[in-house]
Amino acid sequence: MVRTEDIHKTFGDTEVLKGISLTFEKGKTNLIIGRSGAGKTVLLKILVGLIAPTSGTVWYDDINFTQLDKKSLREIRMNIGMLFQGSALFDSMTVEENIRFPMDMFKKMTPGEKLKRVNYCLEVVGLEGINDKYPSEISGGMQKRVGIARAIVLDPEYLFCDEPNSGLDPKTSLVIDELLLNITRLNNTTTIINTHDMNSVMGIGENIALLHQGRVAWQGHNNEIIHSDNELLQSFIFASPFLKELKKKAYGV
Amino acid sequence: MLWRLPYHFGRYLMMLWQAFSVPENYRMYWKETVRQMYDIGIGSLVIVALISIFIGAVSGLQFIYQLDGQLIPMYYIGYIVRDLAIIELSPTFTNLVLAGKVGSNMTSEIGGMRQKEHIDAMEIMGLNTAAYLVLPRTVAALVVIPMLVAVSAILAILGGYAATVLPGELSHTDYVRGLLTFYNPYNVRMMFIKSYVFAFIMTTVSCYQGYYVKSGSVNLGKASTQAVVYSNILILLADYLLVVLLTSD
Repeated sequence: MVRTEDIHKTFGDTEVLKGISLTFEKGKTNLIIGRSGAGKTVLLKILVGLIAPTSGTVWYDDINFTQLDKKSLREIRMNIGMLFQGSALFDSMTVEENIRFPMDMFKKMTPGEKLKRVNYCLEVVGLEGINDKYPSEISGGMQKRVGIARAIVLDPEYLFCDEPNSGLDPKTSLVIDELLLNITRLNNTTTIINTHDMNSVMGIGENIALLHQGRVAWQGHNNEIIHSDNELLQSFIFASPFLKELKKKAYGV
Repeated sequence: MLWRLPYHFGRYLMMLWQAFSVPENYRMYWKETVRQMYDIGIGSLVIVALISIFIGAVSGLQFIYQLDGQLIPMYYIGYIVRDLAIIELSPTFTNLVLAGKVGSNMTSEIGGMRQKEHIDAMEIMGLNTAAYLVLPRTVAALVVIPMLVAVSAILAILGGYAATVLPGELSHTDYVRGLLTFYNPYNVRMMFIKSYVFAFIMTTVSCYQGYYVKSGSVNLGKASTQAVVYSNILILLADYLLVVLLTSD
């Protein structure tokens, strides 16, 4: 479980986060949603320690993450996997080398064991046999899946995803969503996904937090969305007239 | 810009403090160091060789022109070319050229990794990114650049020979006599000291510019330019200070 307590973040004169207190549950897909500029990415970066909060605390189970020294921070990060918006695969390495990199760096394993683990992770993301390809030789969707394979290679307890579906077609997005849900179930990870993809919200959102102007505007499960009377949530999820009409016809609300 | 100097200097020192720490995995760091040695050494050999030959050739011809009709013996040409190459031209020119070629490349590579979130990805994995990105490059430069400088000095002397002896401006005996005259091994030591200092400045300044680059291609281009400009200024400044330091009695 990951928990935030009254997180504030200020850049210059602009307060981006204004007291975020949230709980991200273990074994569930936790989604952070919100309009562009709502502070989602900043919050995610604070959660993984890439940005320090101006005030407030981040807890990883019973560990105060914001108070950790560099050494302890690095140790806890071995338990964190992250999928970046642009996949962040190393261009000069093959798919296999990319996925193997964390093991090469931190694990004392034989080359055979590493290869077995790489192949297992590629199998999980449905990309067997592309070990020798370079990131530039595979599609954006495949790059995301390789990014996921690299993120789970050390079997992390916490999985973070920054806009996993950005730039992908709806069908590939569904594949990625399903994959993240399966990994969460399979490994019982605390998965935190930062997204503004409505298909993801409605499809895999088990614990959703809507950020608006640096504050939590709504929190709940995706099956609570349709009947919620939260105007910000409704205007965000059903932003287009088409979706509004569809919702009215299907649910009469 | 000057008022930002203490801020950059402090951040540069902090980066170095982080960079020079115990590697997480020696084998991976060594692999990266070897890759960098190859890039810096083999990748720069041709340009360094070409520049060195021409430096030596031009120095030789210039001094023949300068000393023509003077009372100074002509064999001094070999002596002047040798000492110019060893003491000043090879270490300084080689590093100025490498700042443009290798330094800007380091800035672009590291800066690109910063912009494409590769560095963040490594941080999340628990890696000391300053160490992994800066240490192998610095070690590689400290090993390879003095070798390049030594090669450069030899080629400059040969260039001087080719430009003065082969066209018949100076006899082979005079040039070689000049090379053997007033030889002081301390000058070679000075050449290597300069090489190490310049290589360290060039590498760490370039890595610093890339490591802290802001987003956007304009900023990446600016960082690469700054890496070359600042490296060159600092190399020349260090050159002056080293000469004062190493030649004072």
